[in-house]
Amino acid sequence: MLIDFDWQFFVEVLVGGPLSGAMYALVAVGFVLIYKTSGVLNFAQGPLLLFAALTYVSLVERGLPSIAALVVVFATMTLIGLAIERTVLRLLANRPPIILFMATLGLAYIVEGGAQLLWGAQVHALDIGVSDTPLDVYGVLVSKFDLVAAGLAGLMVAALIGFFQFTRAGLAFRAAAADGYAAAAVGLRLPRILSLAWIAAGFTALVAGLLWGARLGVQFWLSLVVLKALPVLVLGGFDSILGAIVGGLIVGATEKLAEVYLRPFLGGGVEIWFAYVVALGFLLIRPAGLLRRVAVERI
Amino acid sequence: MSRSLALPAFGLALAYGLAPLLGSDYLIEAIALPFLALSLAAVGLNLLTGYTGQVSLGSAAFLAIGAYAAFNLNLRVHGQPLPLTIALAGLASAAVGVGFGLPSLRLRGFYLAVSTLAAQFFVQWALNKFAWFSNNSNSGVIDAPKLQFANVSFSSPLGRCYFSLTVVAVLTALVWRLVSVKAGRDFMAVRDHETAARIIGVPVLRAKLTAFAVSSFVIGVAGVLWAFAYLRTVEPDGFNLDRSFQILFIVIIGSLATIRGAFLGALLIVVLPLLLSRLSVAPFGGGIDAGSLDMIQRVVIGAAIIGFLIAEPEGLAALTRRASQFAGRTLKLNAASR
Repeated sequence: MLIDFDWQFFVEVLVGGPLSGAMYALVAVGFVLIYKTSGVLNFAQGPLLLFAALTYVSLVERGLPSIAALVVVFATMTLIGLAIERTVLRLLANRPPIILFMATLGLAYIVEGGAQLLWGAQVHALDIGVSDTPLDVYGVLVSKFDLVAAGLAGLMVAALIGFFQFTRAGLAFRAAAADGYAAAAVGLRLPRILSLAWIAAGFTALVAGLLWGARLGVQFWLSLVVLKALPVLVLGGFDSILGAIVGGLIVGATEKLAEVYLRPFLGGGVEIWFAYVVALGFLLIRPAGLLRRVAVERI
Repeated sequence: MSRSLALPAFGLALAYGLAPLLGSDYLIEAIALPFLALSLAAVGLNLLTGYTGQVSLGSAAFLAIGAYAAFNLNLRVHGQPLPLTIALAGLASAAVGVGFGLPSLRLRGFYLAVSTLAAQFFVQWALNKFAWFSNNSNSGVIDAPKLQFANVSFSSPLGRCYFSLTVVAVLTALVWRLVSVKAGRDFMAVRDHETAARIIGVPVLRAKLTAFAVSSFVIGVAGVLWAFAYLRTVEPDGFNLDRSFQILFIVIIGSLATIRGAFLGALLIVVLPLLLSRLSVAPFGGGIDAGSLDMIQRVVIGAAIIGFLIAEPEGLAALTRRASQFAGRTLKLNAASR
């Protein structure tokens, strides 16, 4: 078996895996934004992604030019983000994180149901003008679509890291995340910071929604993309933007390898749980995660 | 102690007495049976999430393990009495539960919640993948065997109702007992502050694994009820993530860390969809299709969860407690004024 090992195919898998992993990272970044500023694992990120993609497709199908549709969807996502922050999270301020998480589960149901009540549950095709044709790079076939998606993900991550590390506003965001009370005491306007974080998360949901929608078709399934992003988050740490992209690449690569090389033994469908097992195995060896710092706990 | 026992005992007696009076099989099949199975599942999850503070998003996996284990035990071991089958199915679920509970020794909070999803996906995949579990049936569908014990058949709707009621009563009593002895206090200490609990000498490792084991046992038995008493025909895809969320919602809406809450929450979750579909028929003359109705249900349940978390964090259990206190006060006042 080792003798006829197909190296070119192996390299293709090894390149294609991380590239599709970048798509997971794109979703994961939206989670990190909210977690970093308010300590909430926002389960509604997937439904928000579905909502953005569904609204965009429906507007375009009704004859709106795509630029106008983008503006309308972004405005809508902004309003939704603000509404969530005002009506749900502010009323639950200072409650345990797990309660906030459960509230986002409720939000997920509302957004998911609302999106499909508004626009219907049928499947829409979405063309964003990037074809899924394979490109030949030194004899290795790479999907053009994957390259564009990975490029966008890289760009977004770089921009966000730059924002958090090198701007005053980013510093304020990090302060709010580290200690809300202390941040408020030195005069940072927490409500405004949280609102901005939700708007940014809405924007990443839009980008991720369009890319995933173009790949899979815009439909109910899209909101389950969160389930692909969660192992990425566990691996990279919920609060690390860099971790999201590194975790995404690792999950993408191992998942593809497992799908290709474990399929003969376990059959198809392995990719549904494999990423979770990888993330769990990794955490059992190194509980602090890939890039996470261990927080000191006070009693 | 005797007072706190009086109400559940009264409720149980009432349930046994009233079940035949429900009359129509519809009420038993559509409300009583799913209510009992889901209540028991919620009691199990509450032990883990409400009492021990370990959020699990994989409850449906343990329902499935219970159901498929009971199916296989019944199929492959002849002449085994029904109670033994149920207990062994619960133990199978408990064993898997301890396995998936191991990460809890090193992970906390959201990291643990996400890792329980591994159980959800792995179990559903395995049941679909390996045809042995469903005795080589198409797409993993299994049919429940006849419910029979000591020559008494429980196959009629009323029989299945009594059967479920008895199982639920016994297990709930055991769980109630468990949370009121030292083991239960260890659970709560781990929930309230794990590090502090460790320092004052609570065996955190044992408490967590016990919670995972007992919780999975109870949920597994609930799975047997779900498959054998309620649906009678189940497939792995019925035990999906939505089912896990449903059980978690019951716990949240009912009230974390009360046993009563599990029953109140289950009642609401079972009755709400039926009410909504009835209500939608009345004003719109049946103009709403099933798909939109499903979406409306999602929105309503989502809103109910957020509403409860904001307005009444202690859930339905707190509402009923306050109502009974209010009634008690009013009665006393009336008696005094006379």
